[in-house]
Parts: sequence; C-alpha cells; structure tokens
Amino acid sequence: MTRVVLPAHLRTLAHVQGEVALDVGGPVTQRTVLDALEQRYPMLKGTIRDQATKQRRGFVRFFAGEADLSHESPDAPLPPEVASGRQPLVVVGAMAGG
Amino acid sequence: MSAVRILVGTRKGAFILTADGTRDDWSVTGPLFGGWEIYHLKASPSDPGRIFASQSTGWFGQIIQRSDDGGLTWAAVGNQFPYEGIPGTHQWYDGTLRPWEFTRVWHLEPSLLDPDVVFAGVEDAALFRSEDGGQNWKELSGLRQHDTGGQWQPGAGGMCLHTILLDPQDPARMVVAISAAGVFRSDDGGKTWQPSNHGLHSEGIPDPGAEVGHCVHHLAMHPSRPDVLYMQKHWDVMRSDDGGRSWHEVSGNLPSDFGFPIEVHPHEPDTVYVVPITSDAEHFPPGGKLRVCRSRTGGGEWEELTDGLPQEHCYVNVLRDAMAVDALDPAGIYFGTTGGQVYASADSGDSWTPILRDLPAVLSVEVQTLA
Repeated sequence: MTRVVLPAHLRTLAHVQGEVALDVGGPVTQRTVLDALEQRYPMLKGTIRDQATKQRRGFVRFFAGEADLSHESPDAPLPPEVASGRQPLVVVGAMAGG
Repeated sequence: MSAVRILVGTRKGAFILTADGTRDDWSVTGPLFGGWEIYHLKASPSDPGRIFASQSTGWFGQIIQRSDDGGLTWAAVGNQFPYEGIPGTHQWYDGTLRPWEFTRVWHLEPSLLDPDVVFAGVEDAALFRSEDGGQNWKELSGLRQHDTGGQWQPGAGGMCLHTILLDPQDPARMVVAISAAGVFRSDDGGKTWQPSNHGLHSEGIPDPGAEVGHCVHHLAMHPSRPDVLYMQKHWDVMRSDDGGRSWHEVSGNLPSDFGFPIEVHPHEPDTVYVVPITSDAEHFPPGGKLRVCRSRTGGGEWEELTDGLPQEHCYVNVLRDAMAVDALDPAGIYFGTTGGQVYASADSGDSWTPILRDLPAVLSVEVQTLA
C-alpha cells in the first residue's frame, strides 16, 4: 500500500484523519498515486492538480523523505521507499499567508 | 412562527445565524469550512433546505459545497468550470493581453423555480450554469464571447462576474455585472448578451461613456418591478427604468456616492439602501462614521441611518455581496463588514444592532425567511 499524507485542509475536505493508504496497482508515480487518491476521494479533484491539464497547483508540493519531488515528472517512478509504503508521499501546502 | 437564517461568508469560513421572527436572539453555527475563503453562500428560493457555498483558497482552488438540510450537513459537488472553446484573451491592468483563466466563484445564484438549477459568476469573468444541483457546470459562453470580451479588464479585486439578477416574471431574462466591464443583459436565457451601460459615466477609463469598461460594483432589483434596476458603481449610484438599457444617476445628497452593496426593501420597491464609503482610495466610511443611507424615493433623496452604528473611529468596509434583506414586515436589513461585524435592523434600517462583532472579514451576507 502507498501511504499519502494530506495537508489539514484536504484531510478535512476528504473527511479523513491521519494518513491515507492506497492500493495504486502498477507503477507507482505521482500520477498513479493521485489518480488513486482522487478515485477514492473525488472531492479532492482539482485541489492538488488541475482537473483538465493535470498540472500540479502552484502552491502544492510533494515531499518524500527529505526530497522535494515537486518538479519531477508526474510519470517518473516514485522512490522505492514510497512505492513500498515504508515512507509516505507528503502533499504539502506551501507555507505562506496569514 | 417565521424564522430567519443568515448565511455569512468570510475570509476564514462560513457562519449560519438563525433567529425566530422577532429577530431578537440569534444562534450561531460555525465556522463551517474553517480556514477557507467563503465568497458566497445562497439558498434555493424553491427549496429552502438547499444551500450552495463557494469555498476556495489560493492553495487548493475552488470547491462548491451543497447542503440539502438547511446547512446541517454538506457535501462537495462539482468544481470544474471549463471555459468553452479556446478561451482567448482579455485586457490586463497594464494594457497587455492575458489568457482567460478560472480563479474562483464569486457568486452563486440558484434558480427561482428549480432547485437543481444554479448559476455561478466566476473570475475571470464568465457565467456558468448547472442543471444537476452543482455536480456539472457548463459555461453560457455567449457572454464571454461577446464582441467586446477582449476589451474587458479586471477591477482591483480581479475580473469577476459578481452579480446575477434573474427576472421573476420572465425566466429568459437575466442581468449580470462584471468588474470592470459593466452590465450585460440577456433576453434569451443567456445565449446572447447585450452591454447595458448607456448612461454610465466613469472618469477612470479613456472614454468615460464607453460601451464597456465600467466598474459596476453591484446591482439590485425588486421582484415586483424587474425593469427598475439600481446600481452602486465605483462612483455614482445609478437607476435604470428600462431593464438596464439606460441609466441615470440618483446619487443625490449621499455623503459619498462611492460604495459597494446596494439593496431594495422587500416590500417597498422605491426604498433603496447603500453604504457610503469615502473613496476608491479610502475604503472606509466618511469621517469614520458608519451609516446606511436609505432612499424612499427610488434614489435622489437619501437619509442617513446611524442609530446603533459606530459614529467614531470606524474604518471598516462593506463589500458588494455583504448586504441582504429578509421578507418579514417590518423588514430586516443585514450587512457584514470587513471588521467582522454583522449588523441587523429589524425595523427597515431605523435602528441597528450588532449580532456578531468578531468574525473574520465578511465577504457575503444572504438571508432566508423561513415559514
């Protein structure tokens, strides 16, 4: 299972607490993880990436371990630690605002 | 016994205030959607339990929420607002061209007759319609694709379609307002549109009497007399007696004719309310004295209503969608401020009481009168 940590606003929106565990199936990439996430929680469509273009929203970042994967290709394999579930993929809302 | 429900959208969530018909004691629910900007909530006139809410942040974009039980429970519905065709460009602040790009929903207007039909006014300015309770949205693209669309430009708050008036006597007739393009009218259910800005005069644009380019802040209409429209423009309070085809100024003796909201009394079509603001540079009441101005003559002659409102050191603003009226008699008038106060009058504006004083900045106020 692939683990995903959502920011507080999106946990509230999706009515989940803590991490989300997803059975991605096939290659584990940003795209396949987000596809599985949005399939399970359709209310998250459009909040992490644009629904039409699938582009990551500007103030959203993807972290794993100590790496910022935000600028990786959405079709690049995620690190084995994320694919195997040893580490979560962390979705972060950029720090800003008041 | 009748009851009143106030729907308040703020910078950090939504609040629902309820009272019985006396409007003396209010119960408060919220924040709903805490931390999100709630630009607008509005209930269906034909199904008072159905309420739509526009929820957004710069981080996570646009969500539309819907309640079918008067605000007790909510569910996210459709949040995809695709412009039809190739969106093209509009004017940017600096005179360059900029592609049309969806930012947020400013205003939700449920159909007067069908609880599954709701309109959304969005930034960058366009009008969308849902026929399935907000699950799917389709652009009424004849508006944005009007010949003048490429000339439209944003006001300071963005290029937003913020006002949608539905004619209760003719479902095919709609009037919308866009900052800073102006008023547009459709007589065929939103397929085609005509600019309706004749008579407006705006010093801030190269041709003060141009067909489009006016920063219209808000419109109001009494349902019994849909050909009479009132407008609070960037500067000037205006009136139309022909459904928006032409306008004349009714600012009269207002202490300032700059402001944002404008509303009509529920039972007196000639009684109109505005909140004067000092100027485009100073978005607070003149002299730090908060007053609602009421005209009982359809504009032109205005009286200042100050009883219960702060008359010193008050430097809040009242935004365009942050004023509403109930349908009781005597009428209730309500408005919210950027300082987080929600004021209510249960006597048509003669006296005012703050229901709440410490909310986040209020973006919108709507009122339901419940049987």
